Amino acid sequence: MGKVVVVTSGKGGVGKTTSTAALGAVLAQTGKKVVLIDFDVGLRNLDLVMGAERRVVFDLVNVTQGVAKLSQALIRDKRVETLFLLPASQTRDKDALTEEGVASVVGILREKFDYVLCDSPAGIERGAQLAMRFADEAVIVTNPEVSSVRDSDRIIGLLDSKTLKAEQGESVTKHVLVTRYDPARAARGEMLSIDDVLEILSTPLLGIIPESQGVLRASNVGSPVTLNEPTNAAARAYADAAKRLQGEDVPMVLPVEKKGLLNRLLGRRVA
Amino acid sequence: MSLLDIFKRRASAPVARERLQVLLAYERNNRNQPDLVAILREEIMAVIAKHVQVSQDDVKITMERGKTTSTLEIDIHIPNGGAAASPAF
Ligand SMILES: Nc1ncnc2c1ncn2[C@@H]1O[C@H](COP(=O)(O)OP(=O)(O)OP(=O)(O)O)[C@@H](O)[C@H]1O
Ligand SMILES: [Mg+2]
Repeated sequence: MGKVVVVTSGKGGVGKTTSTAALGAVLAQTGKKVVLIDFDVGLRNLDLVMGAERRVVFDLVNVTQGVAKLSQALIRDKRVETLFLLPASQTRDKDALTEEGVASVVGILREKFDYVLCDSPAGIERGAQLAMRFADEAVIVTNPEVSSVRDSDRIIGLLDSKTLKAEQGESVTKHVLVTRYDPARAARGEMLSIDDVLEILSTPLLGIIPESQGVLRASNVGSPVTLNEPTNAAARAYADAAKRLQGEDVPMVLPVEKKGLLNRLLGRRVA
Repeated sequence: MSLLDIFKRRASAPVARERLQVLLAYERNNRNQPDLVAILREEIMAVIAKHVQVSQDDVKITMERGKTTSTLEIDIHIPNGGAAASPAF
């Protein structure tokens, strides 16, 4: 039986979709069968980030409404054999997705895949609650910044009360993934420190993803950063986070400011 | 980072532009009228159902939207000896 992992945050634009794609791709590369579900009904984007936007035929709502079979709606990744995507619907009807529908789709997928990654929409409403509803684990994507941390705290509250696990008296295993970490700003003390974030949320850390141009390049070309530029700092941080998600003990390294070419040349001249 | 890398990297924005153009042309078009591909798909399926009984699982539909043309691929596994839905005389 596979694990259902929701990638959530409360606050919008913090890196949920980027993280779902990047983590999913490395997990699949290591041989795991992975399916990514886009829960952002009406505003799907995971298809774009995965580079599958031209190949969408059916979506999650089509499957829950019986228009298409699950097997017909899954899009197999062209780069990694064991990676699949279930796109969100572009409908404006927010109630198109039902809890029963999601239950049945997630139920079938968890039988067939090792990991079911659910890319949550922003907010704390219905869409976000459906995305987390059947999760075993949660990756709480947080930027080191006050409003993001506050929203993460609210999401943690929902994970502890509104999920099936919580209602059954168990709990969703929670991990904080700090993204868009800017070492230069951290060095200047302009950003909440990782310790601050963890202390406030009192939730274990899954990884620290640095701010990186590589993430933008990857989304430009429609490929998860972990596939597009595996040696990029953000990609490596995602790869480590994926290992930790699988229970491996990987030491945490705080991203440090990388000196640009110009700085290095100047530095050398001075030396 | 090699010089080649720098060169390769500069190429990502034009790729984004092209991808968006194709996607948005399609999405804008479908906002006001039903999706042609969806119509074709349904009608083709209906025709098939008239002659053979195939379960939805035996039908694989893939498509690839391009800039000027799109391809719709319908892959049907028809059971041998299978005019199951033949009209009764
Ligand atoms: N580590 C990073 N470095 C640089 N840019 C990043 C990083 N992570 C995410 N981004 C950028 O931030 C923006 C938002 O990211 P993304 O779409 O993944 O967030 P999201 O949480 O899914 O947003 P939404 O709440 O709208 O669904 C994107 O432009 C993405 O490229
Ligand atoms: Mg998103």
